[in-house]
Amino acid sequence: MSTAVLSLPRFRRRVLPGFGLSLGFTLAYLGLIVLIPLGAAFIKASGLSWADFLTAVASPRVVASYKVSFGISLLAALVNGVFGGILAWVLVRYTFPGRRVVDALVDLPFALPTAVAGIALAAIYSKNGWAGQWLEPLWTKGVHQLAVWLPGVDWAGCLGKTIAFDRAGIFLALTFVGLPFVVRTLQPVLAELEPELEEAAATLGANRWQTMTRVILPELMPALITGFALAFARALGEYGSVVFIAGNMPMHSEITPLLIITKLEQYDYRGATAIAVVMLVASFVLLLLINLLQKWSRRYYRV
Amino acid sequence: MSSTTTTPFLSTKRAPVRASGPRVIRNPAWVRWLFMTLALLFVGCFLVLPLAAVFTEALRKGFGPFFAAFTDPDMLSALRLTLLTAAIAVPANLVFGVAAAWCIAKFDFRWKSLLITLIDLPFAVSPVISGLIYVLVFGLQGWLGPYLGAGDHPWFGEWFNAQDIHIIFAVPGIVLATIFVTFPFVARELIPLMQAQGNDEEYAALTLGATGWQTFWRVTVPNIRWGLFYGVILCNARAMGEFGAVSVVSGHIRGVTNTMPLHIEILYNEYNFVAAFAVSSLLALLALVTLLLKTLVEWRAQKGLA
Repeated sequence: MSTAVLSLPRFRRRVLPGFGLSLGFTLAYLGLIVLIPLGAAFIKASGLSWADFLTAVASPRVVASYKVSFGISLLAALVNGVFGGILAWVLVRYTFPGRRVVDALVDLPFALPTAVAGIALAAIYSKNGWAGQWLEPLWTKGVHQLAVWLPGVDWAGCLGKTIAFDRAGIFLALTFVGLPFVVRTLQPVLAELEPELEEAAATLGANRWQTMTRVILPELMPALITGFALAFARALGEYGSVVFIAGNMPMHSEITPLLIITKLEQYDYRGATAIAVVMLVASFVLLLLINLLQKWSRRYYRV
Repeated sequence: MSSTTTTPFLSTKRAPVRASGPRVIRNPAWVRWLFMTLALLFVGCFLVLPLAAVFTEALRKGFGPFFAAFTDPDMLSALRLTLLTAAIAVPANLVFGVAAAWCIAKFDFRWKSLLITLIDLPFAVSPVISGLIYVLVFGLQGWLGPYLGAGDHPWFGEWFNAQDIHIIFAVPGIVLATIFVTFPFVARELIPLMQAQGNDEEYAALTLGATGWQTFWRVTVPNIRWGLFYGVILCNARAMGEFGAVSVVSGHIRGVTNTMPLHIEILYNEYNFVAAFAVSSLLALLALVTLLLKTLVEWRAQKGLA
């Protein structure tokens, strides 16, 4: 990275023009579009008394929505971690017909509007859909069977009775929106992985399983965790694709962003803002973690 | 949309495929088949099936009802609003992206990494919250809301008080929310690209007597044009497809403040599935075109690097 700064004198003169103009415009635009409106949420929330804030963000329905949002986002990000990892591996290491098409399709969740994704997933996995007509009876039977084998756990309450319009539907939508993150963070790292590393491991007597788990996987870990965190953060805030397939039952399959909208529609602006602030803090913490992770992984790879 | 500015798509080095490495570093055949099957199953269930479903559901009752969906005046007004929104939001973020990349990539200053993080902020915010914050600023209960409607406000002139300005539940709110959610796209594509290119060519131009603007238009812009194009198509896809943020600020007034994704929701909730999927197919087509262009730009960039 080179700079337009003559380094010697204390009062540095910039050679390229336009620094003041571009920085000024950037800061003004950033302030007006992003910082002031975001600040509005925090200032509005700070107008609430502590007790009011707690009632707004910790009422049973809100807490239930956190559980649904965080729990299912975590699950979806984990599944993306595993399958996205395998997909990245296949795309980098194997040749097969249609590889480039699959590679291009990975970005579909970025390009396809979330509402379209939501109704499409609902159409496929609902009772009459292509996959739903086979999977839904299996799912219902499976949940029923689990309750027989392992009584004591409320399986129907935990897993839901159907796929679409229940918790499993939320999982499908959140997996869809998070799909590209793990693949796209892993691909460049995998591509730069030197074959010598694996050859050395093989020469030293490691079998393929040992090489995969003890040599390759640790190398990939920082990127894998970053991709996982990105997918998790995206899933946490997702709204458009989920509402069409979630069933949206309060206390059971209601995600937090939907609850914010519900509060807004009831003109409960303070309640909505309070929950929004909780979600904002959660995503800022995640953003910070992701930044730290990337710094860590960059240092890790430079060695 | 991806992570922070350190992982731009364009600078992503694509893999040389190495299926035919030495035997010791190849997985056994059954593992390869297992990985391949799992990966393709994953892609099939989550990417191919939804895409195929959109088009088959749209054509379920044949071409007649499919095309009928596009003659609905509400649909046409939704299409117009979507195009208008993108036509404002994308150029606005384009200008911002170029300005931000210029000052960040070409100059050194304090708090630069903080500025980069702040630019990425909108990606970390839930779309619903992106809409909510504009309601908090411009809504009737918000900061500016009370002053925007026609009324007798001290401090303001007569002319301003006579204006009845609507931002929330109107087109300006939709545009603002869209600008917010697509805010980082161009900037995050350009910053790493321009950082990698350095300043040498601009110095040369200045030395040869070019003015600042000449340098910018004739040296910098041609160098970053593919990155620009790349950022713009991604920004445009998101601007036309945004649902959550727009849904909060739109008010869902049919034929007035409905964008295409919101129109899909209304049709779907009215059980007018064919029309909902017909409109969806148009947006899915846009997504496919976006992916195609994106892939072409990536190939070009790769060829340029090679």
